Amino acid sequence: MDVLGNYKSAISARSTDKDIQKKAQDGGIITTLFAYALEEGIIDGAIVAGPSDEPWRPEPTVATTKAELLAAAGTRYTISPNLYLIKEATRSYGLDRVGIVGVPCQIQAVRKAQLYPIGMRDVDDKIALALGIYCMENLSYQALEAIVEDHCNQKMESVKKMDIGKGKFTVYTERGAVSQMPLKLIHKYVQPGCHVCLDYVANLADISSGSVGSPDGWSTVFVRSMKGNEVWDGAMAAGLFETKPMDQVKPGLDLVKKLATEKITKNQKNVDARKTVGLKADGTPKGLRNPYESP
Amino acid sequence: MPGRTPESRPEAKPAASQPQAKPEVKPSDVIVNEKVEVVQKEEKPVAEKISIGELHLSGCTGCLVTLADNYEGLFKLLDDYADLVYALTLVDVRHVPEMDVCLVEGSCCLDDKLSVEELKQARAKSKVLVAYGACAAYGNITRFCRGGQWNQPGHESYVPISEVVDVDLFLPSCPPCPQAVRNVAVMAYLLLRGNDDQKNLATAYLTPLMQLAQRGDTACGCDLMYDVINQGLCMGCGTCAGTCPVRAITMEYGKPNVNRDQCIKCGACYAQCPRSWFNFDVMNNYEGIMDAIKGAMQ
Ligand SMILES: Cc1cc2nc3c(=O)[nH]c(=O)nc-3n(C[C@H](O)[C@H](O)[C@H](O)COP(=O)(O)OP(=O)(O)OC[C@H]3O[C@@H](n4cnc5c(N)ncnc54)[C@H](O)[C@@H]3O)c2cc1C
Ligand code: SF4
Ligand code: SF4
Ligand code: SF4
Repeated sequence: MDVLGNYKSAISARSTDKDIQKKAQDGGIITTLFAYALEEGIIDGAIVAGPSDEPWRPEPTVATTKAELLAAAGTRYTISPNLYLIKEATRSYGLDRVGIVGVPCQIQAVRKAQLYPIGMRDVDDKIALALGIYCMENLSYQALEAIVEDHCNQKMESVKKMDIGKGKFTVYTERGAVSQMPLKLIHKYVQPGCHVCLDYVANLADISSGSVGSPDGWSTVFVRSMKGNEVWDGAMAAGLFETKPMDQVKPGLDLVKKLATEKITKNQKNVDARKTVGLKADGTPKGLRNPYESP
Repeated sequence: MPGRTPESRPEAKPAASQPQAKPEVKPSDVIVNEKVEVVQKEEKPVAEKISIGELHLSGCTGCLVTLADNYEGLFKLLDDYADLVYALTLVDVRHVPEMDVCLVEGSCCLDDKLSVEELKQARAKSKVLVAYGACAAYGNITRFCRGGQWNQPGHESYVPISEVVDVDLFLPSCPPCPQAVRNVAVMAYLLLRGNDDQKNLATAYLTPLMQLAQRGDTACGCDLMYDVINQGLCMGCGTCAGTCPVRAITMEYGKPNVNRDQCIKCGACYAQCPRSWFNFDVMNNYEGIMDAIKGAMQ
C-alpha cells in the first residue's frame, strides 16, 4: 500500500458552517461530517475527544448533538483514548450506528476490533463512520503541560488554541499572546509508541483529514471507503463544504506525501532497529517484540 | 507477519512446544508466502461442509452459548458451511467423533480422568484444535480454583488445555465474541475447502491466532505492562480498557491502569490491543474481508 493509503478522491475543503469554523482546528471537516451524519441518521452518536475537568485533557465522550460535537471540536495534542468507549457506546449508550474519530493508530484499532472482535461482542457491524485525523506524533498530558507551561511559558487554562505547523508548536492565549517553540524540541516528549507507528494519514479510515497540504483554515481530505464515499457525496450535495481540487492548492499533495514518507521511513527504521537492539551470549543480536510480526 | 510459520517469541517466556504431526492437514501446512487476495464474491457454496464439534471441559457453558448467540448466523453456518457433529445438549453424540475443527471450552481438570482422556481424543481426532474461550486458552477464573467447591470438592487441579495437548489456535476472552468464532468458522471453511486464494486469505487471517497459541498459556492485564508498555509500544488507544469484560482497566492520562485484583486473566485485552499484533496484509483489506464474511452469511 502506498504511504497515503487507498483513496477514491483527495480534496481540499472547508466547512461552510460558521459556528463550526469558529471552533474547529482546521477546515472543520470532522465536526461537519459528524453533524451531517447525525442529522441524516447515518450515526446515532459519535465518540469524540470531549472536554474534561482539566484544561486541555480530552475525555472520550459520546456526542449525540451538534452542541456536544462543537464542545469537542479542535485538536488536543495529547492522548484521547477514544476506543475506550467503542463497546460501551453500543451498550450503555445503546447506539446501533457508532461514529468515531481517531488518530491513525486508533483507526487501526477500530479495524482490528471489527476483523478480530476478540473481546468486542456485537461491535463489528455497528461502526458506521470511522473518521481519521492525520498524526505525526502524540504526547502524554504531562508532556503537553511541560511544553505549554515550561517551554512556552503559558498557563494551560489560559490557552485558547494550540497548533502545529511550519516547523513550530504555537500556543494562542485567551488574551491574545502567541508563544512558539521549534517542533524539533518536542521530540524528546513524544510517547514511545509513536516511534513504531507506520501510518500518517489514517489509511484505514472511511474518510481522513488534516491540515497539511492545504492553505490555512482549509483541510486536505481523503475519501477512502465505499461508506466514506457515500457520506462525502451526501455532505457535498447538502452544500456543507467549499472545495478546491488538490492540484490547485498550495502546498498540495506533494507535501502530504513527503511527510508521510518521512514518518514511515523513520519509524520503519525504528521497528527494524528493535530487532537487533540487544546482545545474546553467542554474540548475535537479541531483539525486542515486533507487533507487526507476531503477538 | 502472516505468511510465516509462527515463531516463538524472542525471549522471556518459555517457548511452547511445537505441534506434533498428528492431523493430516494443519493450518500451518498451508501457510504460503503469497500476497493475500481478497475474494469478494466467493462462488456459491459449497462443495462439502466442514465438521465442527465443541468439547466441554471445565467451563461455564458461556462459550457454547456464545456460538448460539450468532442467532440466524448460526443456522447459516450450519446450513452452508459446517456440520455440528459434537456438542453438549445440542448434538446427541456421546463419544468424541472425528472432526475438522474442535472447539474446546473450559480448562482441563487433571483430577478428572475422563476430561484428560476426552481432550486427548479431541486432539487425535481433529485437524484444527481451538482453545475456545479464556478458560481453555489461559485458565481464566479456574486459575483461582484451589478445590473444595461443590459438587466435586476433590477437584482442584485445572490447567489450560495446551498443558495437556498441542493447540493450534487461541480464541480468548470471557466469554469469547460470537462474531469472532463466526469469523474463525468461516475462515476454517475457506482454509479446508476453499480455492487457493481463499486458502491464502484464511491462512493470513488465522495466523496471528495461531501465533497466540504459541505465545504461552498465561494471560493477565499485566501483559499490557510487560508486552506493550514496558516494550515501548503503547500509544494509548484505549482498546484494552474498552475490551475488558470485567472492567478491570481504566485509562489514566492516556495509558491503561489494571486493577489486578479484579482481573480474571481472560487475555482479551492483550489479544485485542493493536500493539500486541497488527497484520497489515489482512487489515489493509478490511473492507473486502468484511464484505466477504457478510456475503458468506447472507
Ligand atoms: C496528536 C495529533 C497530531 C496531529 N498531527 C497532525 C499533523 O501532523 N498534520 C496534520 O495535518 N494534522 C494533524 N493533526 C490533525 C489536525 O490537528 C486536526 O485535528 C484535523 O485537521 C481535523 O481538523 P478539523 O477542523 O477537520 O476537525 P474538527 O472539526 O476541529 O474536529 C476535530 C475532531 O478530532 C477530535 N480530537 C481532538 N483531539 C483529539 C485527540 N487527541 N485524539 C483523538 N481525537 C481528537 C475532536 O474531538 C474532534 O471531533 C493531529 C491531530 C492530533 C490529535
Ligand atoms: S504517531 Fe501514530 S501511534 Fe502516535 S498517536 Fe499518532 S497515530 Fe498514534
Ligand atoms: S490497547 Fe491501546 S491503550 Fe491498551 S495497551 Fe494496547 S496500545 Fe496501549
Ligand atoms: S484485565 Fe480484563 S481483559 Fe485483561 S486479562 Fe484481565 S480480565 Fe481479561
